[in-house]
Amino acid sequence: MVSFLTNPRAFMVFSRIAAPVLGAATAGALLIGLWLGFAAPEDYQQGDSIRILFIHVPAAWVAMFSYLCLGVASLLSLVFRHALADAAARACAPLGAAFTALALVTGSFWGRPTWGTWWEWDGRMTSVLILLLLWIAYIALRSAIDDEARAARAGAILALVGLVNLPVIHFSVYWWNSLHQGSSTFRAEAGDRLPDVYLTPLLLMSLAYMGLFGALWLVRIRTEVRRRRIRVLTLRAAEG
Amino acid sequence: MSAAMVLLRRELGLAWGRGGGPLPALAFYAAITLLLPLAAGSDTDRLAPVAVGVAWMVLALACLLSLDRLFERDYEDGGLDLLMTGPLPLELVCAIKCLAQWLAGGAPLALAAPVAAVLLGADIALAPLILACALVGALAFAFIGGIGAALALGARRGGLLVAAIVLPLFCPPVIFGGAALYAAALGSGGVSGLMLLSGWTLAAVALSPLAMAAACRNALS
Repeated sequence: MVSFLTNPRAFMVFSRIAAPVLGAATAGALLIGLWLGFAAPEDYQQGDSIRILFIHVPAAWVAMFSYLCLGVASLLSLVFRHALADAAARACAPLGAAFTALALVTGSFWGRPTWGTWWEWDGRMTSVLILLLLWIAYIALRSAIDDEARAARAGAILALVGLVNLPVIHFSVYWWNSLHQGSSTFRAEAGDRLPDVYLTPLLLMSLAYMGLFGALWLVRIRTEVRRRRIRVLTLRAAEG
Repeated sequence: MSAAMVLLRRELGLAWGRGGGPLPALAFYAAITLLLPLAAGSDTDRLAPVAVGVAWMVLALACLLSLDRLFERDYEDGGLDLLMTGPLPLELVCAIKCLAQWLAGGAPLALAAPVAAVLLGADIALAPLILACALVGALAFAFIGGIGAALALGARRGGLLVAAIVLPLFCPPVIFGGAALYAAALGSGGVSGLMLLSGWTLAAVALSPLAMAAACRNALS
């Protein structure tokens, strides 16, 4: 289905239309989601601070989802030596790091009024912090190797090592210490489930975050493809 | 088999002879242990609760020290190219290098861990468990660290980069070992944590040579 995208030219044609369309849909979902989020009644325990959840929870979901995207792109670039997959991996990293940092910061803002502390060494927060460190390691490794092809493969190996380790880190950290509340969204028991007045804006905001990630990712891949084309042209011009 | 033994002997000789053998790492270990009472106060009440945890954490840090020389020297002088064309698969070469790293660096550090913990105020009855955790953990640190060392080949800023890559991956073994030690300190037995640590170490020993060899091939390509 998506195999036509492996052709960079086809990808550029596709993303030229897809990125703005996705961006517009994202803007719509973001506006409605924010509106519903602010229109929702105050929570009986958390008060107004429940509105932070609408920008916090989707950020955490996208943070994990984007690492999965990095892993898949890295696997494709390692196995098939595909340049576009590597461009996607490289373009993904700063986005994923930004969403992970956003999840940590908004979580901290939510924790202050709710738990009475900016930071708690709780399982889920700690594992997101480790995720941020993995992103930083990936970005640092890629930028420390000058040869681009070599940096690409080293980065791909590191991303896959991280992907294998991520579930272990996640579960070991949970096993270590957890006071974060359990799941209260789509698969939760009836009693733990968020009421629809909160669930609907949360769902819309999640779609908006996913769309934002997708749209920015597409734009960044386009930039990366162009950057490489410029590099090749510059080298060719320098050779005369 | 004999080729593997020759390589192990060479690596052990290099690791042991490299700048005073395990002495600098042991000195680093002692110095960090010394800094804790200097920084946080020498009260036994304050030191004793964190004694095992600090001994365990400093072990993870000390295992980072010699990592950036694990492949670097062979990479620079062409030895790694020779090893790659030799009779042993590169995965085995990497595993042997890490094993030598553990024997020459990790194991002496593991011997220091219970001493440091007891000096900081841990119960001496915990010493055997600390030694067991440190021995197993240092093996895991050597193999996981090898991935970082191999990935950083040919990179600028090698040393710090290896630490940034490797430390997040150290989290699961540090958690398992720490849980074992604290459970034992509270008197509920540290066996489950030690089992988890051993299982994780076995997985690391089995899987990380694949990543190391891929990273070495990439650096030599």
